[in-house]
Amino acid sequence: MASEEPLFDPSLKKKKKKVLFQEDPLGAEADPTTPAPTSLDNTTTTGEAVDLGPSTAHEQMQRAVNGGGDDAPKEDEDMFADMKKKKKKKKEIPMDFQTEDAPGTSTPDNDAAAAPAASEDLDFSDMKKKKKSKSKKIDLEAFEKELQETAAKDADDDGDIDGEHLADIDEAELGEDPFAQTDGPVGLDADNEPWLKSDRDYTYPELLHRFYASLHASNPALLTSSGKRYTIAPPSIHREGNKKSIFANVTDICKRMHRQPEHVIQFLFSEMGTTGSVDGAGRLVIKGRFQQKQVENVLRRYIVEYVTCKTCKSPDTLLTKENRIFFMSCESCGSRRSVNPIKSGFQAQVGKRSKNKTG
Amino acid sequence: MSVQNLNSFDPFADEGDLGNNDVGAQQNYIHIRIQQRNGRKTLTTLQGLPKEYDSKKLLKAFKKEFACNGTLVDDEEMGQVIQLQGDQRVKISNFLTEEGIPRTTIKLHGF
Repeated sequence: MASEEPLFDPSLKKKKKKVLFQEDPLGAEADPTTPAPTSLDNTTTTGEAVDLGPSTAHEQMQRAVNGGGDDAPKEDEDMFADMKKKKKKKKEIPMDFQTEDAPGTSTPDNDAAAAPAASEDLDFSDMKKKKKSKSKKIDLEAFEKELQETAAKDADDDGDIDGEHLADIDEAELGEDPFAQTDGPVGLDADNEPWLKSDRDYTYPELLHRFYASLHASNPALLTSSGKRYTIAPPSIHREGNKKSIFANVTDICKRMHRQPEHVIQFLFSEMGTTGSVDGAGRLVIKGRFQQKQVENVLRRYIVEYVTCKTCKSPDTLLTKENRIFFMSCESCGSRRSVNPIKSGFQAQVGKRSKNKTG
Repeated sequence: MSVQNLNSFDPFADEGDLGNNDVGAQQNYIHIRIQQRNGRKTLTTLQGLPKEYDSKKLLKAFKKEFACNGTLVDDEEMGQVIQLQGDQRVKISNFLTEEGIPRTTIKLHGF
């Protein structure tokens, strides 16, 4: 999961929007570690759970199982709202991790850029949908578990206006709270297996919870490693004049990929069938009009061909030249293979022949 | 009775040869490239067509199918190269795969 196919973050921009949208409901509390506020209110006002109806999808499922279909129509109505809540929670995962890992590095706004890197597998282009949802699920569970485990600590660490409020919430969550019980599997306690008390059959969601709870209990490493992903800032392409494009952050991208800029540039030129030069500021001037999307595609191909290890898909590789042949050795799995030399191939005559009299 | 373990075939010794075969196969790729001309005009070049195909006839078929003009260029290094006007890369690769050329031997370059 850590590295399937390195990609640019198309979500870098999209995500920002979403996060901005999502911050509004948080609004006054402005604390990334709090779960969806509406559901919190159920619990905090009295310190105990106030039953305002099912507030999460989990709870709904639970209700449907336990109490028959007495509030079925309401469920239907609430379904979408709850989905949204759920999503909000999911979105908060990256922020939570961010604040835990590196407190004070950036504001949540800026986090939007870095968040996808640390969070769910957002944009594996050829990843199956099924897998995606599953991994999201994992993250969700991970988040909830993390939240409950480190809840008290978080409340102390954050130390903002809502400190006490938070502590209350956390107590409520950690205590005998149906919300906590249904929403986040804490461990393999008997409390979390409702079917033990009755003689009904267990349902699929319950078993799924049980699975993830035990999975994360036995493999805490999964929580941390699942979020790692290989991301590269999208290339920034500007137009210079009418016929030239400027690839401004080529050096950044090369640094990120651990490749020589010359190699990358050579590949770019041979693939796009143009020429160009590097200007004084380290930007690449490409002849011809190119859009960001196009350059991104070419870079993507470069990464597949020359950066990712073919054996383990890890982007952590080194490219060395020996006897005119490039070898790519993987840092994580140790495999070593030769890569194709960059060939420009046939270049057709473009433009006036009189202008092209160079050789 | 053949027991694989008793064969004289040495899997490790053979690896270098296999790699060489791969390298040889790379030269047999059909490269489809694109080049920008002035404005939004482009050129598509097809290079490395196997010898068993008549590039002249193929060019004629391309021109008719894609409704574009094109020419056959003789290059010292690359041999005969089909050159078509406009971005015909996807069309060419579809055409060739429909004619029974395996997709793995076709390499689509460009943006």
